[in-house]
Amino acid sequence: MKFEAVIGLEVHAELSTASKIFCACATKYGAEANTQTCPVCLGLPGTLPVLNEKAVEYCIRAGLALNCRIADFSKLDRKNYFYPDLPKAYQISQYDLPLCRDGFLTLASGKRIGITRIHIEEDAGKLMHSPEGEGFSLVDYNRAGVPLIEIVTAPDLATPEEAVEFLEKLRRILIYLGISDCKMEEGSLRCDANISLKPAGAETLGTKTELKNINSFKALGRALAYEIERQAELLAEGKTVKQETRKWEEAKQRTLSLRSKEDTQDYRYFPDPDLVPVELDQAYVAAIAASLPELPEAKKRRLIEEYKLPEYDADLLTGSRHLADFFEAVLKDYCNPKAASNFIMGELFRLMGEEGLAPEALALNPAHLADILRRIDQGELSVSQGKKVFEKAFRTGASPAEIIAAEGLRQISDEASLRTVVTQVLAAHPQSVNDYLNGKTKVAQFLTGQVMRETKGQANPQLIKELLEEELAKLRP
Amino acid sequence: MRVSEEEVRRVAELARLAFSEAELRQLAGEFNRILEAFAKLNEVDTTGVPPTAHVLKVKNRFRADQVRPSLPRAEALGNANAVKDGSFVAPLIME
Repeated sequence: MKFEAVIGLEVHAELSTASKIFCACATKYGAEANTQTCPVCLGLPGTLPVLNEKAVEYCIRAGLALNCRIADFSKLDRKNYFYPDLPKAYQISQYDLPLCRDGFLTLASGKRIGITRIHIEEDAGKLMHSPEGEGFSLVDYNRAGVPLIEIVTAPDLATPEEAVEFLEKLRRILIYLGISDCKMEEGSLRCDANISLKPAGAETLGTKTELKNINSFKALGRALAYEIERQAELLAEGKTVKQETRKWEEAKQRTLSLRSKEDTQDYRYFPDPDLVPVELDQAYVAAIAASLPELPEAKKRRLIEEYKLPEYDADLLTGSRHLADFFEAVLKDYCNPKAASNFIMGELFRLMGEEGLAPEALALNPAHLADILRRIDQGELSVSQGKKVFEKAFRTGASPAEIIAAEGLRQISDEASLRTVVTQVLAAHPQSVNDYLNGKTKVAQFLTGQVMRETKGQANPQLIKELLEEELAKLRP
Repeated sequence: MRVSEEEVRRVAELARLAFSEAELRQLAGEFNRILEAFAKLNEVDTTGVPPTAHVLKVKNRFRADQVRPSLPRAEALGNANAVKDGSFVAPLIME
């Protein structure tokens, strides 16, 4: 029997506010354990939470970018459970009145993936289990109280590929909005997946499992693919899928049962009496809507239309808002978009890859790249010299003019002096000249190489080619 | 609506509370008396009345996104039963 997968995602993104959601502790990642805590986020008795206005604003930004309806009335609720990562024994979250509802994100295929809701909540602390097998856990509450948004999709995704594309697109949007850095490796973007199978074409949904511990885009695709295969095998054998939470084991590339539905928690949600409701007026929401940046998809379309870039280029360049801005900044001083795009996708990507540099950390002056590209177009630098200058500019921040002067990297485009070198080379290699004149035109490459050697690689290759052809023609009997 | 001792046991479990059989019986009785009082409230016609999100009329109390100094770590850990490497020590509970 053929099965169709039904997939929904629950995505958590840490908001990049300076302070926590209910107290003034810093949210910086990687601080020493328990140095960013206070009585509020430690859950000490008698303390009161006060909502960070930025967390609300950021959630609304996400909601607007994902075509959601923004609630005019919203509240915060307590989700109760006992686990040491939660000092209050409840998490402040949102239950029945989330800030955003009923949105969608469109995949490249045009398929719309529904966004059921987006709400704000506090992150929990971090546990380190039994570091040396001592039978206890170490708890760090720095992360407790860091603001999160939880984005819940409708079960509209049908394949692991769609799920990965959705998450990548979502990540791009959140980064563009400037509300989260979305680093999966640091846990600032986390994703759980719900998945069930049904016979192809069937209406009723099958029993779902929830997949946790997905730590990368690759892991998301693999965990879903694994789970589809596992569930399909069970169903094909006439067995049933158990409703349960399963953990993705990266090392073993498989999912493993964590807990079954029978152990499912009853979170006993109720409105948090310590926090008053949030009422949003339309002017406030409209002001946020007006402040949204151009989003990745719109930017991509514009790059294609405005600069006649191929879709492939536009997609890569809009992979980061910073990179797209860089590209457009280069074009302020340089007028060939495709050449700039090629150079960025080739040279810049290569160097960023070597340095492990994120686009956001790129410090290169776009005017410098424009300068180099212009010099190449004008024949002042060969392409390979241009690349050399670019690498120096990338690594040192020096201007192309300084680098060219310091390295003596000028392309010889002076016809008279280059013609002298060409005639000297021809005189020194009579055999090659003979071969050429007898139809072995391939030796032109060797002769070009000789000219390059004489000029220490600084001759304009196009000019060499022309001069060689002219001088060789003169030698033809 | 009435609760059984079994339901009281489940709620106690969720709240991590341990009771003897006698206590469970007593609590079930008390819960049922409380529920009877609520049943009285249920007689009121609340058609068209929105659910109460908060008993105060106050709304929209926010703080600006500004960082203030946290507690010194020694103080943050001051009430812990056990401390190791700057962290609270908790019983090992694997998820």
